[in-house]
Amino acid sequence: MIEFTNVVKRYPGGYEALSNLSFHVAPAEMVFLTGHSGAGKSTLLKLIALIERATRGHILVDRSNLGQMSRRNIPHFRRSMGIVFQNHNLLFDRSVFDNVALPLIITGVRNREIGRRVRAALDKVGLLGKEKHLPIALSTGEQQRVGIARAVVNRPKLLLADEPTGNLDPELSAEIMGIFQDFNSIGTTVMVATHDVAIIDKFPFRVLKLGQSRLISDSGSEQRH
Amino acid sequence: MGFVSAASYTRNRGRLPPEARAVARRERDNIYHSFVGRYFGSHLWAMVSTLGQFWRTPFSSLMTSLVLGVALALPTGLYVLLDNTRQLTGVWDDSAQITVFLDESLQDVERTALIDTISQHEHVSGVTFISKEQALSEFKQMSGLGDAIEVLGENPLPPVLIITPLFQGFTPEVAQSLIAYLKTLPRISAVQMDLQWVKRLNGLLDIGQYGLYLFAAFLGIAILVVVGNTIRLIIQNKRQEIVVTKLIGGTDAFIRRPFLYWGVWFGLGGGAVAWLLVTATVWTLRGPVSQLASLYNAQYLLQYLGLIPGITMLSAGIILGLGGAWLSVGRHLREIEPR
Repeated sequence: MIEFTNVVKRYPGGYEALSNLSFHVAPAEMVFLTGHSGAGKSTLLKLIALIERATRGHILVDRSNLGQMSRRNIPHFRRSMGIVFQNHNLLFDRSVFDNVALPLIITGVRNREIGRRVRAALDKVGLLGKEKHLPIALSTGEQQRVGIARAVVNRPKLLLADEPTGNLDPELSAEIMGIFQDFNSIGTTVMVATHDVAIIDKFPFRVLKLGQSRLISDSGSEQRH
Repeated sequence: MGFVSAASYTRNRGRLPPEARAVARRERDNIYHSFVGRYFGSHLWAMVSTLGQFWRTPFSSLMTSLVLGVALALPTGLYVLLDNTRQLTGVWDDSAQITVFLDESLQDVERTALIDTISQHEHVSGVTFISKEQALSEFKQMSGLGDAIEVLGENPLPPVLIITPLFQGFTPEVAQSLIAYLKTLPRISAVQMDLQWVKRLNGLLDIGQYGLYLFAAFLGIAILVVVGNTIRLIIQNKRQEIVVTKLIGGTDAFIRRPFLYWGVWFGLGGGAVAWLLVTATVWTLRGPVSQLASLYNAQYLLQYLGLIPGITMLSAGIILGLGGAWLSVGRHLREIEPR
């Protein structure tokens, strides 16, 4: 699903955020991406979502070569993935329902189907009763779950999460991870960037550890070969 | 796989058997709008959501519409003024008459034939004959110089034909050609018409017309700038929304569309305000103008902005609003990218 081959990301000024990174994530796999802050976790996710482009090397996502993707095709490419952000990135002047419905409106889903899918996604994250609320009226944990509902409402094949439990207590964090695990169990490839060791230890998934812009350990590489 | 996404549908299409393909297609049609439906659906969505925001922020929407309204009302008001002045020159009947001085030796029969010929000209509505005697008595009455004429002993005034032209389409050029034609007729000593003031007035109106175009062009640029700047502010306020929409796969066209509709609403609002302003102005001036006209023994009612010019003005407002939005969106939307 995701394939990095000798990927280098160097920022203007010479700072190398990722050096010579290679790894492979299979379809329907769930992976933790970890490392101390500044190790390059966010940069790696940004490369996958084409928010930034690699300086060198090849990235394949769902059989698309990201190096060859034109600016015009990026929106369509992004629709095939769901992204969960640490700061939620919700629209605070829209209701929970409208926030979650946005990806469906963009893809041109019929209204009837939008209502059905939004409610299904909200049900999955346990917020079914709150669709008319404004995000500001929700707790941080609930806002994060709205963000997750929005990321999965389009039924993406790939789910990316950047520190999704950054501001949450351990109990809520485990709950959010449980939601990701549920999606993974129905075939979604999930990649979660987190520095929360307690969470990583609690789940039996492959861990990619970044340090000083390099991949310093990969718990799952033996299983694959 | 527990679900079918549109992407996997498209990718797998070639590999599926026909029956499965039909099922997949039916499922896709149930879920997604058709291409055309999607296009109009997203337009409708952008239209309705921006209109809602337009109404929800009545003060700022009204302020922008007011500024555009004044900018549109100025050239439109000038147009109404020019249009009314042109209408007013229609009250020029008397001075548009052409006086044809006839040869003294002209016989009655010849004269009748001449009147016939002239009457058949396409721009002539009537011909009146005034004999030497009639002319004299009229002159005596009008000038009060009757006694001085008596001294001359004989009547020095020639017989004349007074020609009333058809008002319809009687421009200075037509008048000129009619005069030239009359001069070619036999046994005519002179043709006279006071065209000078008509020409001057038309010249003034022409200058007014060019002034109107220039004025409208300048204010059009002002409208583009005002709308562009307003849209720029809206874009800045919606930075977060734009970033999020780009992150979840909104195309540039999808993101651009609501802002273009903002421009349309501003243009439409400005046009409506301008129409109101012009109508109110004409309504206020109507009474005083009629009074002034009555002092000249004339009846004149100031004309309102007509339907066609009004719709033209509204369209100009919409086009300028859209144009301003387009310029602004083109400049500022690309700068906003997810980081």
